[in-house]
Amino acid sequence: MPPRAFQIHPADNVATLLDDAPAGPVTLTGSVAGLREIPAREAIARGHKIALVDLASGAAVVKFGAPIGRATQPVARGAWVHLHNLASDLDERSSSLDRQTGAPSDTNSAYV
Amino acid sequence: MSDAAAFSAASWTGYLRPDGRKGIRNLVLVVYTVECAQHVAHAIAAGEDDVHVIGFPGCYDNAYAIRLMLALARHPNIGAVLSVGLGCEYTQPEKIAQVVRASGRPAEWFFIQQLGGTGKSVAAGKDLARRLRTQIRADTPRVAMGPADLTVGAECGGSDGTSGLAGNPAVGAFFDLLVDAGGRAIFEETVEMIGLRAHLLARAAHAGATEQLAAAYAKAERYCREVRQYSVSPGNFAGGLTTIEEKSLGAFAKGGTRPIQGVIRVAEAPRGPGLWIMDSVPDAHFMQFGYTNPNDTEGIMDLISAGAQIVLFVTGRGSVIGSPVAPLVKVTGNRATFRAMEEDMDFNAGRVLDGDLTLAQAGHELGDLIVRIARGEPSKPERLGHREYFIMYKHQETPALAAGCRA
Repeated sequence: MPPRAFQIHPADNVATLLDDAPAGPVTLTGSVAGLREIPAREAIARGHKIALVDLASGAAVVKFGAPIGRATQPVARGAWVHLHNLASDLDERSSSLDRQTGAPSDTNSAYV
Repeated sequence: MSDAAAFSAASWTGYLRPDGRKGIRNLVLVVYTVECAQHVAHAIAAGEDDVHVIGFPGCYDNAYAIRLMLALARHPNIGAVLSVGLGCEYTQPEKIAQVVRASGRPAEWFFIQQLGGTGKSVAAGKDLARRLRTQIRADTPRVAMGPADLTVGAECGGSDGTSGLAGNPAVGAFFDLLVDAGGRAIFEETVEMIGLRAHLLARAAHAGATEQLAAAYAKAERYCREVRQYSVSPGNFAGGLTTIEEKSLGAFAKGGTRPIQGVIRVAEAPRGPGLWIMDSVPDAHFMQFGYTNPNDTEGIMDLISAGAQIVLFVTGRGSVIGSPVAPLVKVTGNRATFRAMEEDMDFNAGRVLDGDLTLAQAGHELGDLIVRIARGEPSKPERLGHREYFIMYKHQETPALAAGCRA
């Protein structure tokens, strides 16, 4: 069975992975009727987001039917959407965090 | 009968307090007034299932912390209080006992220095706690109780991608059920509503609520800007959350869909039935803001201070905390977390993601669990003996309590 992603709201342009996905087909479930498939362009971990459409740089990323931030570069359908290509409209700090672990880098100088 | 009508009609026997509120537990609470009395307070409660402990570590006192402790000491689940001080701190155990007695509950207090140290204080404290327990077991009137008598709080922490997808929406579905049954539902974390101003205001029940919500939102946003800290942690990002807006929408889902009646502050009970938001963000004052919810336990204590007899805690990654005074019920939207930590987890909302359960069904199942816990079944953290608490220095302007600590 291919890995699954869950779309919360019909207006969303991202879905959340319910399983770890290698590059390849992902089954889309959730609020949109009928099972659909979307090809993951890269490995995406469970809990992380996959783009459901091509997003231009600056486009609103929509989840829960509401904007959660903006794409900071063009994002292709099927790509992993996270700290490297999506930024909050409010929080400056999150863009500097490690994209795998979420660990901060801006306080490294304090660890002496 | 529909599931909603069955929940609404559920009844059990509770404990009637002098202020008319009803409890689902009948506990003795040991309250210590400075960190120096903490060991003795815990030694008094050790091995006693129905003797819980809270306390404040600071020697210099704080009006917010006193109000919070007094709200917990007069909580519907508390029958009697033993207040324990060292003897040289600012916060006064005698005044705490006086306020508790004025609420119609038995209360005792002592200073460790006056009793002559650890051993004598623990022995005297155990004796007092046992006498208080005997008294409340004999004297507390029993009363018929149902969902309309319940106040339930909801908090989330250790969130991951499933919390917003399944865990919080399941709690939201239960909150809709509780509000429809005439109960009170409270959720907080206004700093986790950043980015959602329009969403929030659209849910106000009336113009007064709109004003309160707009003010609470503006304060939370100013707080986040000034301290340059949004409520997201490295673990949240590693779990797949990317922005504060995304986390906010996922957190907000635990508020369900019913109108919001207004905003309450820490140690303040809801002013009527329905859905309420708690503002636990410090007010700006001469020492700047301070911190809002430095950890999950602090937020849970805030909700209990509003009179919540049960608190729902949604955790995607898995948490092992519990709470004194009111049972904590742990909900996870992550089936792997539920399986790995089943000993700690009360409810598996991950079944929604598996397609085994609709959100509405999850809300009803959660309602059944809440009724069982109200009837006396221990929650998982309660069974394991988890009673973490956290009371800190904070500044909040609150309406004067009728019985403050100036008795």
